[in-house]
Amino acid sequence: MALQSLDIARRSATTTPVPGARQTTEVAKLIDVSACIGCKACQVACGEWNDLRDEVGNCVGVYDNPVDLTAKSWTVMRFAEVEQGGKLEWLIRKDGCMHCADPGCLKACPAPGAIIQYANGIVDFHQENCIGCGYCVTGCPFNIPRISKEDSKAYKCSLCSDRVAVGQAPACVKTCPTGAIMFGSKDQMKEHADKRIRDLKSRGYSNAGLYDPQGVGGTHVMYVLHHVDKPQLYSDLPKDPAISPLVSLWKGAAKPLATAALAALALGSLFHYVTKGPNEVSKELEDEIEKEDAQ
Amino acid sequence: MIRNPKDLQRYTASERANHWVVGICFILLGLSGLVFFHPAFYPLADLFGGPVWARILHPYIGVLLILSFVAMFFRFRALNKMTPTDKEWLSRIGEMVDGDDHNMPEQGKYNGGQKMMFWALAVCVLLLAVSGILMWRAWFDFPVDLVRLASVVHAVAAAVMIALIFVHVYAAIWVKGTIRAMWYGTVTRGWAKQHHRGWYRQITGKS
Repeated sequence: MALQSLDIARRSATTTPVPGARQTTEVAKLIDVSACIGCKACQVACGEWNDLRDEVGNCVGVYDNPVDLTAKSWTVMRFAEVEQGGKLEWLIRKDGCMHCADPGCLKACPAPGAIIQYANGIVDFHQENCIGCGYCVTGCPFNIPRISKEDSKAYKCSLCSDRVAVGQAPACVKTCPTGAIMFGSKDQMKEHADKRIRDLKSRGYSNAGLYDPQGVGGTHVMYVLHHVDKPQLYSDLPKDPAISPLVSLWKGAAKPLATAALAALALGSLFHYVTKGPNEVSKELEDEIEKEDAQ
Repeated sequence: MIRNPKDLQRYTASERANHWVVGICFILLGLSGLVFFHPAFYPLADLFGGPVWARILHPYIGVLLILSFVAMFFRFRALNKMTPTDKEWLSRIGEMVDGDDHNMPEQGKYNGGQKMMFWALAVCVLLLAVSGILMWRAWFDFPVDLVRLASVVHAVAAAVMIALIFVHVYAAIWVKGTIRAMWYGTVTRGWAKQHHRGWYRQITGKS
């Protein structure tokens, strides 16, 4: 591990400890929705840095384009027109991976090393280990990963882990013309968010606040929202996201226990055979049949 | 190959072939499915040419199992109707497992345990088929809540089915003279009289 910022906190489908001697600074991206003008420069920068060229789609009558995340569009702007207090509000949210502290994708992934959570908080997909099962899609509480139609691998925002590893901010942060996207240590970003929230409150947005949902242990992509009490307004940002209890049940203690039970059953059968002996046809019956044949 | 012409025919050639198709599919499904069940089984993927191949092949083998299992289900369904004698047999199953079958009630072609196995496996295959299709992302894209539920059901039904097959296979190994019925279809008269006396009477006309 040459780069300290690439130290690993968690590795998918791995039951032994990961290298964890060093503690690195937790990073975070802060998206100030109130300062976003919806220019989509972040979408362009993302495609440019990551060398992705999604298919040019069609206009569907709204600004959203592409209309959804794909294997080649790791971030999209979602435009919502909502009425709040008798006024029209245009709420624009940059959607993409939230880099959860407790990532549902990583929990669900059956392929060792296909999903890595770095010690700095970035959750990264390693496509060379991906088997294309889509369990990450099943595990994600934010509906982020997309399976490529071309290679059946899962893709999503990497928080530009390659840039962060060498001390650079993610491409979307670098390019944002209004400073609506910021990057730094998670503590710094929270402090900055506090200032923004105070400002928004002074301007009449009494419910302004930070979106850093604790149901997934907090996230390494956070939003400043004018209406943090109603995140659903922002193109269905979930209110209390958490890993589904079904996913926890599916990936929890049940499987090692079931494995132990199956092993016990196999061993139990062996010892049953050894202690009780085989169930053979009785000697009397064999003799009876022989006598019948002799007659 | 010398066989006793007085041996009893228990399974026809097509019944045996059907059972083998189901059996081979099950083994391949079990080995490839365990790859995704727990990391401890991940090396099993090498049997299929790697984990990506295991992921690709598993559902298609599943389709083959569903088709062959459905055929087998309809072949043997009528023979697996539960009777009061079966229930009595099941209530005494502890004695049987303990190695003493002297007081076990007389059984027809199948005993109560085999019938339970038949219906339990049918339920497992049904659950695995439905949940498996819901999880098959190469072809389908169902709502995520449904896929989550299906993932749990698939894992539970698979673990139960593997346990049932362990019991099924061990019972065949334990009861000597059984496995030949799966290979070439016949059993000895002594075997039939000992384990399935009702069936023995029925096909030989003897007491």
